[in-house]
Amino acid sequence: MIQLNGKEVELEKPITLDKLVMQQGYVITQIAVEKNGEIIPKSTCGEEVVRDGDVIEVVTFVGGG
Amino acid sequence: MNGYPTKAEVYEELCRRHTREIQERLGKAKVAVVGLGGLGSTIAIALARVWVGRLHIIDFDCVDLSNLNRQQYRMMDIGRYKTEALREQILSINPYLDVLIDTIKVNERNVEKLFFDDDIICEAFDNPEAKAMLVNSFLEHYPNKKIVAASGMAGYGSSNTIHTRKVAKNFYLCGDEKTGMEQANGLMAPRVGICAAHEANMIVRLILGEVEV
Repeated sequence: MIQLNGKEVELEKPITLDKLVMQQGYVITQIAVEKNGEIIPKSTCGEEVVRDGDVIEVVTFVGGG
Repeated sequence: MNGYPTKAEVYEELCRRHTREIQERLGKAKVAVVGLGGLGSTIAIALARVWVGRLHIIDFDCVDLSNLNRQQYRMMDIGRYKTEALREQILSINPYLDVLIDTIKVNERNVEKLFFDDDIICEAFDNPEAKAMLVNSFLEHYPNKKIVAASGMAGYGSSNTIHTRKVAKNFYLCGDEKTGMEQANGLMAPRVGICAAHEANMIVRLILGEVEV
């Protein structure tokens, strides 16, 4: 079980962060991702492994400025 | 400049209003405003009025008629680079300000070089990919510098849904985090202005050592 934006999500097995956010329907080019309080650089999302107990927060950017 | 207040007079007046201690801290800050649309032009002018030490303003685009519904430009500015038009406007408010301009498109390759000498940066793009790229690249290169970004300020929904949130140690986000220009029939000066003021106030707070929202 992990926490994703405050909701509990069941993990079948450890998964890389980029796969997790895509699986959850996020557009990877429009987000910033935090794992356990630290922003994870986009370049390492493919290597960063999410395991039970991790707290993930995804910040989504919408257009306008 | 004949008849205009001198640099010392302007500075002393701000010290009277803000206190000398606060004005000295504002005067030492180096802030970059990235994207000079409805958010960025409003934020830069707010920071200029409190006399932030150095303003670094960045945009690649020119002023267009479609910008005038919410951006701080005038009809006479149409066709000019936003950086140049905004610098002129800022210097007409306070001619003694230090304004550095970069008329350039920001990408992953130039982030490190562009922000080398800025303490705090303000993300004020309108494109969601550009916003995400800047926040991610900046924090990757400068994890110990601070960034204030925005997401969700389109339309004319309630003012009170726009908030400032501390997302991570050096990353602050302003907006309703929902309403994009795609859903809400575009952007309007009042609500974009509310979000701009959230960003500008968070920057002032950070300059003055307040790290909570």
